[in-house]
Amino acid sequence: MNVLVIAEHDNKALKPATLNVITAASRFSGNIDILIAGGNCQDVAKEASTIKGINDVICMSDAALEAQLAEPLAEAVIQIQGDKNYNVILAPASTFGKNLLPRISALLDVQQISDVIEIISPSSFKRPVYGGQAIATFESNDEFKVMTVRATAFDKASTEGGQATIEEISFNSPKNFGTAFVGLEVAKTERPELTGAEKVVSGGRALGSKENFKMIEELADKLGAAIGASRAAVDAGYVPNDYQVGQTGKVVAPELYIAIGISGAIQHLAGMKDSKTIVAINKDEEAPIFKIADYGLVGDLFEILPELTKKL
Amino acid sequence: MKILVPVKRVVDYNVKIRIKSDQSGVEDSNVKMSLNPFDEIAIEEAVRLKEAGKASEIIVVTIGPEKAQDILRTAMAMGADRGVLVSTDLKIDLGGIEPLMVAKCLKALIENEKPDMVIMGKQAIDDDSNQTGQMLSALLGWPQATFASNIEIDNGQANVTREVDGGLETLKVALPAVVTTDLRLNEPRYASLPNIMKAKKKPLDNKQLSDFNIKLTPRLKLVSVEEPPKREGGEIVSNVDELLDKLKNEAKVI
Ligand SMILES: Cc1cc2nc3c(=O)[nH]c(=O)nc-3n(C[C@H](O)[C@H](O)[C@H](O)COP(=O)(O)OP(=O)(O)OC[C@H]3O[C@@H](n4cnc5c(N)ncnc54)[C@H](O)[C@@H]3O)c2cc1C
Repeated sequence: MNVLVIAEHDNKALKPATLNVITAASRFSGNIDILIAGGNCQDVAKEASTIKGINDVICMSDAALEAQLAEPLAEAVIQIQGDKNYNVILAPASTFGKNLLPRISALLDVQQISDVIEIISPSSFKRPVYGGQAIATFESNDEFKVMTVRATAFDKASTEGGQATIEEISFNSPKNFGTAFVGLEVAKTERPELTGAEKVVSGGRALGSKENFKMIEELADKLGAAIGASRAAVDAGYVPNDYQVGQTGKVVAPELYIAIGISGAIQHLAGMKDSKTIVAINKDEEAPIFKIADYGLVGDLFEILPELTKKL
Repeated sequence: MKILVPVKRVVDYNVKIRIKSDQSGVEDSNVKMSLNPFDEIAIEEAVRLKEAGKASEIIVVTIGPEKAQDILRTAMAMGADRGVLVSTDLKIDLGGIEPLMVAKCLKALIENEKPDMVIMGKQAIDDDSNQTGQMLSALLGWPQATFASNIEIDNGQANVTREVDGGLETLKVALPAVVTTDLRLNEPRYASLPNIMKAKKKPLDNKQLSDFNIKLTPRLKLVSVEEPPKREGGEIVSNVDELLDKLKNEAKVI
């Protein structure tokens, strides 16, 4: 059994979710190769070579892959698949993997399995459906398996102890795909990255303004936590889009998740209900968030939040 | 410019689903069904492009049961010009029609209709796959721009802002292209009563999925559908001090 993990990276460093995918890949008990495709991404290949459990690092560095657009990247993977014939191809179920993998599946004529949370056998898998309201088990009868993996469902592979060889392969598809990268607007933050954070403090519509949302930031900084938000808070412009937790935002599973002024809609719960300890602060004692919270505090967040931040 | 908008009929997003007792699927009798929310956004965007003089015709397509006509009528009431129902008796949520089959069927329709752009939802809220748009674009060999929060059409190209994990990415794609919608692209309108009446007279073409040359045996066999693990929540603390005490000494997370 040969397994390929498509690494997510920014041409400088690996994104941590890649390590969770490697653990998922190890469930197939085969040789695991990892693909680093990008532009001037040799440092990432070096970083990947020490990850425990990796056989080969395949490094494909080409100007056409620098922006990691789905069209050329998919061609790159198809090229490699033509040489190596992997039985399984995996990537994280992040916006990177979600954008890329279905393209690869279609080109290989495989029905992808999205957002896998458990690998029961090399051909049977569990995944959440209906916004996490149900867990479905599927058996794939495709010759190859192509899947995105939910990072929070698997531990991280160790970044030490591996001694993989780095194989450089050149990209031989200089086609023009009709897509050009214009720019990336990154919301800079010193805080931990939301999806991998141990603690997350999230705010909802009840915060009422961008100004008030600073109270969430103060609490988060006291705890060393990342900041999340409900869709309503993002839609209202209190925080940027990449803070959204939920069915259609990010999935998090920190040790501690504090939901403040968030009602607990199904779509929000889908992104956080696997957190270890959940705290809810809401003035409505009937709010659905309390049903899943380990500790609920009923009251006005504008009184509770300052007190909590002060007493920490 | 002609725009094609594929849409799906799903359990309404407000419904708390029930799992069948034999774990064979999700209860769909007597459940409110609606247009998938992301597809509503796709229709709205197409209609706005038409209102802005950028698009001339909007075609909505769905694959599903006879009843799925209702969502095509809703789409036409919002402003789509005509509808295509590709009928099938196979299930469309889990263990039946799969994204790859849908992409293949859409490809065949598109080769016939020759739209300049496909705008569709990034995911359906039943099986949450988030695959069909990307697959379609790969099969057509067209550019893709997924998870769009802004679309501008200019000179045969689309400038698309995408919601990605790191922030906002902007791409320029040559048309024809496939664009998938994210939540913040727009706020869909409600169809007015006169428009609902008018939509009843708009053309609706009926095709059979079995007439397309596509293998309809699922690649993913549905084995079971279960409840997710239940959380034992529900403890209410009376004040901040008690909360801090619990977090320190019971949960040991701070
Ligand atoms: C297709 C689709 C996808 C979606 N995806 C997502 C998603 O990924 N993530 C997501 O979060 N949502 C998502 N949603 C939206 C979701 O359905 C809810 O609308 C949203 O989560 C509500 O956000 P909220 O809890 O902040 O707001 P509300 O539901 O308005 O809740 C605000 C809460 O604040 C409480 N409150 C008000 N004032 C105070 C106060 N002073 N002190 C304390 N508490 C107070 C209220 O009691 C209430 O419970 C999606 C919806 C759709 C249709």
